[in-house]
Amino acid sequence: MIPQANAGRPLGLTSIANDTRYRAYLIQLVALSGFVAFVLWLGHNAAVNLAAKGRTFDFGFLWQRAGYDIGQTLIPFTNDDSHFRALLVGLLNTVVLAFASCVLATILGVLIGVLRLSKNWLISRLMAIYIELFRNVPLLLWIVLIFVIFIESSPQPSAYKVTDEMIAAGAAPAARMGFFNTTALTTRGVNLPAVIFKNPLPDISIGATTFNPTWLFLSFAALMVALAARAIFRKAARVRDATGKRSSAPWLVAPIIVGYGVLIVWALGASLDVPALKGFNFVGGWSIPHSFSAMLLALSLYTAAFIAEIVRGGIQSVSHGQTEAAGALGLRPGRVMQLVVLPQALRVIIPPLISQYLNITKNTSLGIAASYTDLRGTLGGVTLMQTGKELECMLLMMTIYLSVSLLTAIAINIYNASIAFRER
Amino acid sequence: MSKLAMSGFVRAQLIEERSPPSGTTGVMSWLKKNLFSSRQDAVLTVLGIALVLILVIQIAPWFLHGVWDAESLKECRSIIAAAFVDHVNGACFAVIKARWHQFLFGLYPAEEYWRPVLAFVLLFPALAPVLFTQLPRKWLAFSAFYPFAAVWLLWGGALSAIVTRFALLCMISLAFRAIRRFCGAGAAVLIVCMGFVLGEWLAANSLAKLMSSVVDYSITPVSSDRFGGFMLSVIIGVSAILGSLPIGILLALGRMSSLPVIKTLCVLFIEFIRGVPLIALLFTASLLLQYFMPPGTNFDLILRVCILVTLFSAAYIAEIIRGALAAISRGQKEAAQALGLKYWPTQWLIVLPQALKISIPGIVSSFIDLFKDTTLVAFVGLLDPLVGVTAIVRSDFKWKGIYWEPYIFVGAIFFVSCFCMARYADWLERKLKTDAR
Repeated sequence: MIPQANAGRPLGLTSIANDTRYRAYLIQLVALSGFVAFVLWLGHNAAVNLAAKGRTFDFGFLWQRAGYDIGQTLIPFTNDDSHFRALLVGLLNTVVLAFASCVLATILGVLIGVLRLSKNWLISRLMAIYIELFRNVPLLLWIVLIFVIFIESSPQPSAYKVTDEMIAAGAAPAARMGFFNTTALTTRGVNLPAVIFKNPLPDISIGATTFNPTWLFLSFAALMVALAARAIFRKAARVRDATGKRSSAPWLVAPIIVGYGVLIVWALGASLDVPALKGFNFVGGWSIPHSFSAMLLALSLYTAAFIAEIVRGGIQSVSHGQTEAAGALGLRPGRVMQLVVLPQALRVIIPPLISQYLNITKNTSLGIAASYTDLRGTLGGVTLMQTGKELECMLLMMTIYLSVSLLTAIAINIYNASIAFRER
Repeated sequence: MSKLAMSGFVRAQLIEERSPPSGTTGVMSWLKKNLFSSRQDAVLTVLGIALVLILVIQIAPWFLHGVWDAESLKECRSIIAAAFVDHVNGACFAVIKARWHQFLFGLYPAEEYWRPVLAFVLLFPALAPVLFTQLPRKWLAFSAFYPFAAVWLLWGGALSAIVTRFALLCMISLAFRAIRRFCGAGAAVLIVCMGFVLGEWLAANSLAKLMSSVVDYSITPVSSDRFGGFMLSVIIGVSAILGSLPIGILLALGRMSSLPVIKTLCVLFIEFIRGVPLIALLFTASLLLQYFMPPGTNFDLILRVCILVTLFSAAYIAEIIRGALAAISRGQKEAAQALGLKYWPTQWLIVLPQALKISIPGIVSSFIDLFKDTTLVAFVGLLDPLVGVTAIVRSDFKWKGIYWEPYIFVGAIFFVSCFCMARYADWLERKLKTDAR
């Protein structure tokens, strides 16, 4: 701190600007009032402009009928639902895409980053080419390219059609369903068999939105089972380490859990819904549109190149002595990487990895290029165009993106803090 | 002693070098060491070779069958069909030969292409004195003049308008120097800003009239909707990165500041921009900015996009510079204070020169990201090289249905320019690292 040279001097008019005691307050006051004035000026302009156009600033339009259809809906949505529900559908699509891309990009990125450091000349060169190729070309190009490849390379739904004449002539249709006649690839997407329930759990409604909790319940149950199984196996391992006795408990508990699972699924009346060609398109089953697959692949491949570089940097930051020491203890190269190098590299890798995850979340908004209906496609796209509420839609959209980004950052930062180096 | 030496055998000449043991040299050993050192390695190598072969077999014929001279896609296909067997696919690179200028310049009038090219070439001498401090300081005058010259070259119009603006800038900087003698820098900046507003308001028009009577020269004006292609990418990218540098430096200093209000405002701005996708900001430029401006304000879409992209990149630059500021040892600042330097002289003379030097690689890679992101302007209706110009080319009946060739061409240009810049940044980073040691 700078010593307060003029501590004893009385407060005069010029000393507010020149005295170090008050100068900081003056600067902050000026900055704050400037900022407030700027915000007020913006608000005033917005109010005047809205009044001139005869518009109001309210979010009531969110509860009006949306009147448009969405290609990919994770919660039931018809065009009679409100704009708010369309927003939710879009947000869910964004979150699902971002999450899936983060997972895939991490797996690919770590794999490529490790292979990039391989002693194998060919593999390391191939990975270098991959990294440079994907890093130095705009993401938009990859999205457009992969989307076009998906659409161009898949057959029309009509190619699956088997007519009576074809049966009579013994001719095969142009395209056949794969995986034991359960999966069909068409120009619109991939049609997979889906699990449906004859007697699902009752709907739950929160506010104006209703949803069915069956899948949520099943995922929750699966998570609980996984946690319980982990606890049981850990305890068995502890007992084994302490006493040398192998516990048979895990193998007794496992059938019970599996039995309960089968019972629950049977009680819900689960069955497989296989897609079938009806008219011009496949009906039933679970359809993954190409826009999703293309976005997922493009985002993951693009970001994997960046993650690979981060992983490479992280691994190289671990001192070579660690690898040699682990080798001296008799660990094989794979175990050295898994037990010694990666855990230490993780501390270098995670902070830039977080920013890559945030980049993925923001880049899902490029779904516009593959007509993927994410948050920008519903709220910032069709809803905005239909209602003409540009100001409200854009502000709401930015707020949501901002909160998603901040929440992700906070969550991962907490995780990061939990694995940080505990220094003596 | 000599007896002892005599008694033993001492070699007087060196033994001739022997060749290394067989199996450690030559192609075979290289292969064994680098491709087949273990079983997993061999499997990986075989998989790698298979992958390369598959890719080559899939893609190479398409390239080899490429046609460079044709008038339309149809003609391309018939040439390929005539030259090779039927059902063979081939690239139709003729579209690039016919339309390369649109990928570079958009719809800019062909007879005026020299103007963007000249503006681009002049960019380098304008940047040189900024990047290389060894060059004479007087060259900075050209750097200050360059933005005005570039705007005039690109958009055209009367020379006098640009000269007027530049004259105003010169007057302002002279006025700043004069005022600086009597009061502090902050007050001088305030006075000069007010002076600029007043000058723009009162004097600009009359000055422009005066100037137009003196220099009566103008070039064909080109409207913004004819801008496109890589020219547009470079305009947005370069103006955004240059504009974002001063803002980014101020934001970084603000974020490191000990004044809580300033720090909070800077953190809010940076985190807001970094949390929102660029596409949302571009839509803000095209849809929302009109709401926040005084009624009746209407300015060019490219300018609006440039402003928003500048703010976007400023937040990222600020974070890069903040990292560099954190890397400068505290001792530097404390030593400067011990010499009696106040805040701004400390930053300006001691901290920032060191911090900016080590942040140059980060700034270059941020420019690469920005340059790639300029393709997103397609979604607000500008002609970016990737989507906008490709759509124009494809809307021509002759090239309807052409997909891969434009994308490959545009992708290749992006790859070459970004790859070179990335290499430059790597080289710079390595060079700066050895300097620091």
